Amino acid sequence: MSIEMIANLAYVVSAILFIFGLKMLGSPATARRGNLLSSLGMLIAVVAGLTAEGIVSYEYIIGGIIVGSIIGALAARLVAMTSMPEMVALFNGSGGAASLLVGWATLYTGDVSTFTAVTILLAILIGGMTFTGSLIAYGKLSETINSAAVVFTGQQIVNSLILIGILVSGYMFAINPVADSQWLYIMLGLAMVFGVMAVIPIGGADMPVVISLLNSYSGLAACAAGFAINNNILIVAGSLVGAAGIILTNIMCKAMNRSLANVLFSGFGAVKQGKAIEGEVKPISVEDAYYLFEAASNVCFVPGYGMAVAQAQHVVKELGQILEANGAEVSYAIHPVAGRMPGHMNVLLAEADVPYEQLVEMDDINPRIENVDIAVVIGANDVVNPSAREDEDSPIYGMPIINVDKARTVFVLKRSMASGFSGVDNPLFFGENTRMLFGDAKESISGVISEFG
Amino acid sequence: MEIVFLTFILVLSIFLGFELISKVPATLHTPLMSGANAISGITLAGAFLAAGMVDNAMGTWLGAAAVTFATINVVGGYLVTDRMLGMFKSKSEGGK
Repeated sequence: MSIEMIANLAYVVSAILFIFGLKMLGSPATARRGNLLSSLGMLIAVVAGLTAEGIVSYEYIIGGIIVGSIIGALAARLVAMTSMPEMVALFNGSGGAASLLVGWATLYTGDVSTFTAVTILLAILIGGMTFTGSLIAYGKLSETINSAAVVFTGQQIVNSLILIGILVSGYMFAINPVADSQWLYIMLGLAMVFGVMAVIPIGGADMPVVISLLNSYSGLAACAAGFAINNNILIVAGSLVGAAGIILTNIMCKAMNRSLANVLFSGFGAVKQGKAIEGEVKPISVEDAYYLFEAASNVCFVPGYGMAVAQAQHVVKELGQILEANGAEVSYAIHPVAGRMPGHMNVLLAEADVPYEQLVEMDDINPRIENVDIAVVIGANDVVNPSAREDEDSPIYGMPIINVDKARTVFVLKRSMASGFSGVDNPLFFGENTRMLFGDAKESISGVISEFG
Repeated sequence: MEIVFLTFILVLSIFLGFELISKVPATLHTPLMSGANAISGITLAGAFLAAGMVDNAMGTWLGAAAVTFATINVVGGYLVTDRMLGMFKSKSEGGK
C-alpha cells in the first residue's frame, strides 16, 4: 500500500470524525466532545497532509505551524467573551486568506489546466472576499470603524463594475493561466475590494447574518482550494462548513423576516417611519422595581446587545439567582438575532454560569408570556418591538418578536429614550404595563440586588 | 473523470451538511459557527505541499503564509469553541 493510499484512507477517517463532531455539536450535552472529535479529525488530516509527495523541505511548514499556533492559541485564550463576535470574524478571515494563498501557490506547482485555473480563481475570489469582508466585519463589531450601514449613491453601479472586472480578468487569466499574469493580480485586488464593498452596506444589527454568511464563504473557499489541488478532504470539510453557514444565515434571515438579498443590499438605513407613537413614558425607581421583583413569582429576562455593551450578564445572573431563592421561576428568553452573532446572548449568559435549561427560545416563551409577572428587557429593542406585530407601516413589520408587551409588567432597562438600531420608535416604551428603569443596566440591576441584600 | 468525481463528493457533502446541521438549538449557534469555522481551516492539509517545495521561492512563501493563516484558524477556532462549550453547564452540574 502506497503512502498516498494511506493518506487518502486517513482523510476518510477525518471526514467521519468531522461529520460526527458536527452532529454532536447539535446538543449541549455532547457538544464539547463533538468539538474534540472534530479536532481529532483535523489532526489526522493534517498528519496525512504532511505525507504528501513532493514536500522536500519542512522548515517553512514547521515555522508556519509554530507561528500560527501561538497566535491562534493566544487569541483564543485571551479574548473576552463579549468580544467573541469579532474574534470569530477574524478566524473566518484567516481561513479565507489561507484558501486564497493555497489557490495562488498552486500556480507555482507547474502547468495548470483550464479547469484547475477556474478553481484557483474561485479560491482566490471567495477567499479574498472572505478575508477583507471579515476584516470589515471585525472593524464594525469592535467599533474601530463606524458600525452603521454605509450607503452611497451609485453603490450598485460600482459593485456591478467590480463584478464585471472580476469576470473579465477571470476570463483573461483562465485562457493563459500563468503565475505572473497581470490579470491574476487584478483579480486578487478586485476580490479584496469586493469583500469590502459587500460588508460596508450592512449595519451592526444585521451582523449575525453577515458573520454566518462569511463562515459559509470560508468553507466554500476551502472547497474551491480543494478542487484546485485535487484534495478530497478539503472538498468534504469545506462543503460541510459551507452548508452549516448557509443554514445559520437562513435562520438569521427568517428571524428578521427579511430575505438574504434584502439584508445584503438594502442598507436598512433610510426607512420610512411607521405610525407616530403617542403616550406617556412611565419611569420607575430602583426601589419600586425591587418591590415588584420581591412580589413576582415568574420573571423572564430578555437580553439584547445592550447587555453585552454594559457587561451586565453577571449581575443579571446574580439577580436571577436571588429571585429563584425568593421562590420565583426565572427564565431567559433569547431572540435568534439578539446581539451581534448567532447565539451571542447564550454564550454571554453561559459565561455567567446560567444553566442552559433556563435559556428559552422565542417560540417557547411566547405562548406562555401571559403568565410572566415581570419581563425584564435589558438592552434589547427591535426584537421586542410590538410594531413588528401590529403596525403594517413599520419597517420591521412581520419580524417575529418576543411578545414582552403581553407580560403582566415589563421593565425596560435603557440608558435614554433613543430608538434602536433600526431607528424605529418602540411603542413598548409607552405601554400601559411598561415601566422604564433608566440608567446603566449593570448599575440598575446591582441597585436592585443591593435592595434585596 | 476526475472533475465528475470531485463534483460528486461536493454535492453529497453539501447535502450531508444540510441534514446534519438543520436541527441545532439556538443556544449552540455560536459554538456551532466557530466549530465549523475551525473545520474550514482544513485548507492547512493542502497548504503543506506549496510550503514544502523548494524550487520556487514565491510559491514557498505563499505556502508558508497559507500554513500560518490556516493554523491560526484551526488552533484558534478549536480552542475558542472548547472554551465556550466549557461554560455551557446544565443545572445538575451546578454553577460555581
